Amino acid sequence: MHLLRWLGMAAVALAMGGYAHAATVKIGVVLPYSGANADLGHQIDKAFDLYVKLHANDIAPHKVEIIKRDEGPPTGAQAKTVTTELITNDKVQVVTGFVFSPSAIALAPVITQAKVPMIIANAGTAWITNLSPYIVRLSFSMWHPAYPMGAYAYDKIGCKTVAMAYTDFPPGKDSTEAFRTGYEKAGGKIVDSIPMGSPVQVPDFTPFFQKIKDEHPDCMYVFIPSGAHAAGVMKAYGELGMRKAGIKLIGPMDLIPDNKLQDMGEAAIGTIVMGHYARDLDNPQNKAFVAEWHKAYGPDSYPDFMSAAGWDTMHAIFDTIKKLNGDLSDGAKVVDALKGWSTNGPRGHVMIDPATRDIVQDEHAMEVYRQPDGKLGERVLGTVKAVKDECKVLKVGRCAS
Amino acid sequence: MPHIVSIAVSILFDGLAYAMFLFITSVGLSVTMGLMNFVNLAHGAFAMAGGYIVVTLTRSSGVDFVPALIIAAVTVGAASVPFERYLYRRLYKATDLEQVLLTIGLAFMAIAVFTYFYGPIPKSVPLPRWLQGDVNLGFRAFPSYRAFLIVLGAALIAVLWYAFERTNIGAKIRAAVDNRRMAESVGINVDRLFTLTFALGSALAALGGGLAIQLFGLTPSFAVIYLVLFLIVVAVGGLGSLKGTLLAALILGVFDTAGKYLLADAGGFFIYAVTVLVLLVKPAGFYGRE
Repeated sequence: MHLLRWLGMAAVALAMGGYAHAATVKIGVVLPYSGANADLGHQIDKAFDLYVKLHANDIAPHKVEIIKRDEGPPTGAQAKTVTTELITNDKVQVVTGFVFSPSAIALAPVITQAKVPMIIANAGTAWITNLSPYIVRLSFSMWHPAYPMGAYAYDKIGCKTVAMAYTDFPPGKDSTEAFRTGYEKAGGKIVDSIPMGSPVQVPDFTPFFQKIKDEHPDCMYVFIPSGAHAAGVMKAYGELGMRKAGIKLIGPMDLIPDNKLQDMGEAAIGTIVMGHYARDLDNPQNKAFVAEWHKAYGPDSYPDFMSAAGWDTMHAIFDTIKKLNGDLSDGAKVVDALKGWSTNGPRGHVMIDPATRDIVQDEHAMEVYRQPDGKLGERVLGTVKAVKDECKVLKVGRCAS
Repeated sequence: MPHIVSIAVSILFDGLAYAMFLFITSVGLSVTMGLMNFVNLAHGAFAMAGGYIVVTLTRSSGVDFVPALIIAAVTVGAASVPFERYLYRRLYKATDLEQVLLTIGLAFMAIAVFTYFYGPIPKSVPLPRWLQGDVNLGFRAFPSYRAFLIVLGAALIAVLWYAFERTNIGAKIRAAVDNRRMAESVGINVDRLFTLTFALGSALAALGGGLAIQLFGLTPSFAVIYLVLFLIVVAVGGLGSLKGTLLAALILGVFDTAGKYLLADAGGFFIYAVTVLVLLVKPAGFYGRE
């Protein structure tokens, strides 16, 4: 009996191998599904699901099997456990997701040893991509928005002095370092740099902002992890009447997540951020993306920059499945296939830099304004084309190795 | 105004507003722990529930912020009674570990339930005009909402102080905290007293939860994230002491704010340093029984 079954299976396997080889590619998705940052995970998760739903036939006869795990809090510990399980027990061929930099940093040695590619859909600490040849990043480096914002703030917004405030974890330090580098090169003066506690709980921002208000800089550059913190920043900024006091609020796009913009109210108007995505971004791919999003998740759900990166991430994985004809067993080949990959996505034209395995994309300076229909929107003031991760270009600190 | 005075005023004002939030939310926890020796880690969940009631009333039903706060406090206070009667009461004589397991379990269940209905995205609350912007007190302007917190906190303290120190029920509560068996033997119905204070404490937690939305935003994980703060206030103040809770809230609120303003690099370290120092000198807290 046993022998017969084995023979039967072998015959089937041979038949499949010889003709249309239909593979099921196992993809591990690691995103925060619980806790204070769960909505960040959901923004990417929805984009993944939407892409898979709409493009399932693109990779026929191959299929994907998606296994989702909770990334947990932004410490990396839980992410490391669940991803290691995905690789060793579930035998996934690719891991993707990863909202938090500590997760990616903690996992770099694991994926190097396992030779399983990690395709990052968010985590933005610049030097992460240097930690393993199996890391490819579709989202951004903190330097992508922050570095060009430096020159833009000095030249175009008129910030002669800036105070910086940031959430005290790797991306926060990265973002302020990038801004400082670009800004000081342009001739600006940083008057203060204030760490505002850990990303785990939203602090009361008032004491930090009160201090900045007392220092009277032209502008205040704020980095916080997008999500629950952003609303708190806008409240404290509004309550303290800082715009009236002549202190402009600037930062990377994390400051005004698209799905929370409408809740932010009057205080947000006039805020200028640098970023690679806004829901209002005017290109045909984005119009289609937003329309599909609303169709799937209702009119009150909005995609944001994380969703846009999530969409492109799944797109890149699907293209790789096509290119390799469903065989993703060799991690090195997967990474090679992704090098130089490019597309026109919701963010516009994006490309994977073959030298660094990091994304190349346009950055837009965007201002929050009140639309004629009374809602808040973002309008593009200027665009910096094809921005690379300047941290690796300039070889700053840990980006050098 | 000289710079240094201006900084001191900022710190005192923000610290005071923060302290009022800490006091309002923690005082119920302190009384529960003092009266029944019961460790109620679901206290934060009651605060979170209050917050969501405020959000629902103001956003969907168009109720004003202040009436919404009152409705939330009354609703949660009433809803907490069955919890006390049918769940907590069984474990009054149980070990601390069993109490902790029950109540932290309740907190996690509450988080799951509220995430299911409201989603994990942080909620905010629309404030009436008079609570937005700032009030000018002549020498400088202060954010209106924080001024409101201070005034409300002061009023609540006055009411609670009167109720505790000057009324019959207050005297009974104090007697029961001091010596439960003695209080029972002179005919005080401590069980009913406890149900009452538990409901009051939960109502105040709900009020605190509603007030916190504007400070931190509201997500279901509010139930556990800020619990540490409330426990610190209770530990530093001493179990069951109104005065102690107030003093602890004031000291921790002002020190935390001062630390953030003056020495941001030390981060949230200050509040813990103060806690450790106080508990080294007075292991039972400011007004706790040794």
